[in-house]
Amino acid sequence: MADYESVIGLEVHAQLDTATKIFCGCSIEFGAEGNSQTCPICLGMPGVLPVLNKRAVELAIRSILATGGQVQPKSIFARKNYFYPDLPKGYQISQYERPLGLGGSLTIHFDGHGKTVGITRIHLEEDAGKSFHPEGRAIDYTLVDVNRCGVPLIEIVSEPDIRSSEEAYAYLVFLKQILQYTEVSTADMEKGKLRCDANVSIRPKGQKEFGTKTELKNMNSFRAVQKALEVEIARQIKIVESGGKVVQETLLWDEDKQSVHPMRAKEFSDDYRYFPEPDLLPLEVSAEWLETVRKELSELPEARRKRFAETYQLSDYDASLLTSERRVADYFETTVQLFPNSKTAANWINGEVFRFLKEKKISIGELKVTPIELAALLKKLDSGSLSSNMAKEVLAEMVETGKTVEAVVAQKGLVQESDESILDGWVQEVIAAFPKQTESYKGGKKQLLGFFVGETVKKSGGKANPKLVSTLVKKHLGE
Amino acid sequence: MGELNKKKAWELLPLLEKKEISAVELTQSCLAEIDRTGKKLNSFITVLADSALEKAREVDAKRSKNQPVGKLAGVPVAVKDIFCTKGVRTTCGSRILENFVPPYDATIIQKLKEADAVILGKTNMDEFAMGSSTEHSAFGPTLNPLNPAKVPGGSSGGSAAAVAAHQTILALGTDTGGSVRQPASLCGIAGFRPTYGVVSRYGLVAFASSLDQISPLAKDTRDLWLIADVISSHDRRDSTSIPERLFNYPYSDSNGKVELSRNTRFGIPKEFWGEGLSPEVRDAVQGAIDKVSKAGYKVEEVSLPALSAGIAVYYIICTAEASSNLARYDGVKYGLRVKDYADLFEMYAKTRAAGFGAEVKRRIILGTYVLSAGYYDAYYVKAQKVRAVMKKEFAEVFKKVDFLLGPTTPSVAFNVGEKTDNPLEMYLNDIYTVPINLAGVPAVSIPCGKNKEGLPMGLQIIGPQKKDEMVLKAAMALENLGIRA
Repeated sequence: MADYESVIGLEVHAQLDTATKIFCGCSIEFGAEGNSQTCPICLGMPGVLPVLNKRAVELAIRSILATGGQVQPKSIFARKNYFYPDLPKGYQISQYERPLGLGGSLTIHFDGHGKTVGITRIHLEEDAGKSFHPEGRAIDYTLVDVNRCGVPLIEIVSEPDIRSSEEAYAYLVFLKQILQYTEVSTADMEKGKLRCDANVSIRPKGQKEFGTKTELKNMNSFRAVQKALEVEIARQIKIVESGGKVVQETLLWDEDKQSVHPMRAKEFSDDYRYFPEPDLLPLEVSAEWLETVRKELSELPEARRKRFAETYQLSDYDASLLTSERRVADYFETTVQLFPNSKTAANWINGEVFRFLKEKKISIGELKVTPIELAALLKKLDSGSLSSNMAKEVLAEMVETGKTVEAVVAQKGLVQESDESILDGWVQEVIAAFPKQTESYKGGKKQLLGFFVGETVKKSGGKANPKLVSTLVKKHLGE
Repeated sequence: MGELNKKKAWELLPLLEKKEISAVELTQSCLAEIDRTGKKLNSFITVLADSALEKAREVDAKRSKNQPVGKLAGVPVAVKDIFCTKGVRTTCGSRILENFVPPYDATIIQKLKEADAVILGKTNMDEFAMGSSTEHSAFGPTLNPLNPAKVPGGSSGGSAAAVAAHQTILALGTDTGGSVRQPASLCGIAGFRPTYGVVSRYGLVAFASSLDQISPLAKDTRDLWLIADVISSHDRRDSTSIPERLFNYPYSDSNGKVELSRNTRFGIPKEFWGEGLSPEVRDAVQGAIDKVSKAGYKVEEVSLPALSAGIAVYYIICTAEASSNLARYDGVKYGLRVKDYADLFEMYAKTRAAGFGAEVKRRIILGTYVLSAGYYDAYYVKAQKVRAVMKKEFAEVFKKVDFLLGPTTPSVAFNVGEKTDNPLEMYLNDIYTVPINLAGVPAVSIPCGKNKEGLPMGLQIIGPQKKDEMVLKAAMALENLGIRA
């Protein structure tokens, strides 16, 4: 059996994080009632005209800059013509021959090595609506929701540089991270804000020419993309091994059956009759505009990781963990603004906080503990008013209930005992109970201080403030 | 005051202003004429008698209270049934939109309302503005008021006929390839196609987006100027609308005698005198040019070789855009949907088969063809290249001369039914008008005489981009030379 390598290119559609649609003023808020976010323009009424959303252009420019591409000073919108009930105008406004962004690349870290995947192009387009095909014997209709019509998208087309399904997965994870970091897109796949189609072919290792490719659609998660690619690569190898030829076609991924099947002929059209959109002027991006957008481009993950390591004196490991997600990194930075001991903050976020996120399967945005409260907790720990174990117990309660540090501490009576008269009593009792050690200490064995503090804390049932106890021990036994 | 409906807007406005006549009287005189001849000529698809009178009463009330009024206060205007009117059905002359009631007003409808114009109704047209005779309307043909055996031209034939028959004072149409200038010429009135982008297209049901231009029709140039001033404006809802304001009415020459410098140079494109031009039109236009020459203006022959490709280029670009623009009429959201169909594809096919007329289908098929894979470069791309050459030739020629003069149409109004079976012959009626749309320049058609049968002929005055006011000024100067006679 020959050794095969797969050749994969990905087409990612990402929803731009604007307030309104790309060609009209309708909201793009997720989850609204069907057909409630519409107007004559996105409904494709006779006589309406598109007006380009400037913010959508700026976010698309950001994505091009963030992936090292060239923003084209002049790009052109084109109509992609096809009939479908969820496409009210009968055409989708997209960019075709002259996209906004050309070139660029992403370097993914995979299997311990860096791998560069080229970006062919990034272009702007509008989304179509959504069709619902209710099933049932008496049902002979399809419902259309136009809310998505005109939602701004970018399509990011990669070069066929990806060589395995795992690499494809790593590329998607990294791309998503960049889109989130730059606030181009929230990139939630479950809300349809990120979608991915894949082109894949196989060839014997060492062969230069590409094999015949197929296009995979309908994958609803990154893992599904990976799995669909695995299944399709295996299918293609089997065909070639048995002397057959791969047919160029579009295949749909079936998540339930974990298999691919060809799209029905009626589900797609092969001639979209693209031509320049006469209702929009060419999109011109001046050098000044480009500079303005460049300035508001936020720090990319790689740069932030380096800065974290340096500024906060963190290990590379801690810095990468903290910068794996924009919101985690933001959480950390807010915390250390209020609680400057960055090492401790990093340990707690990477340790305790991550443990809770994993346990509860939530994102940091859904965590009930704000960075302000975490900083307050760490301050109590630092000052000694809570022991490390107490702090963990308090955090657990905060995660559960969303209560403040103060509230949990009060409720649990977890206040460290700092009343000197009470502490003094305990210290005196301990000194009385250990005459030998008292002698040694007085004789110069100052390292026994810890022993006395420990015994006193034990006596208090863990409540005694060790710092104060230490002062009191010194007072009674003399320096 | 006699027959108010036969007067021009610029004559009527001072009378209204001085309260010598009322807007209600004026509106009633137009409505009476529509009653008398409207059905026979079939110039209107929808007459809005009630709302027109209501508006007229409102204007009269404002004037009686000395409240400020708009620039067209009380003047009746008829609008082509291609402009979306909120709450009033907008058919585009098509079965497929027979019962379509838009939820919004086109920008120009808003402009007319703000100017306190009295909107009389929606005029007949070739379906989706595709045609040169107003015979391709789902609501029957419009007839020429000067001779009901003849067509009024098209596609804005209803608007042209309504002005010529004194059913309205002013009218709006659209000019995609000559659809205002050609019917103006055939009905013996004035029609003006401004520079592309001067008037917002928002709410104009699209035929060919890069060529469509809202254009006024009136009895003379001065009235065209008056209404052009009202409807032109930058509109952020139309990305192709230009920011400049090109009109200013009333203009400085208040006596109507517009002074045009004697150094003005008129160019006569030799491509306009070729095969197909009827001798009577040639003689009439030549007669007008002689008067221009005699008046002391400079007249010289010029050449724009790309003009000869005008019809071919036009029918590739306009059909390509139309095939896409008309895709939305699919029976899903609004307009016609047939009752019996087995599946989605059949619903589309049957609805569009029943809803569109023959000419519209012909153009959708043609446009779909020229955009198809394998033909796109040979047709659409090449046509765009020729269009660019044509634009360049216009720009070049306007370095040498100030205006171009020529016939508006190759012949006078033809018989109803004469060309409906021969699309190519119908298309050739636009041979002198389409290059103007392709180049996006302004042009006016004014009457320049009648033939023995009494059928009018038109002279076309073409100017450089954005020199709209100069073109109107030239047209007025020519009117004052008596070329109409």
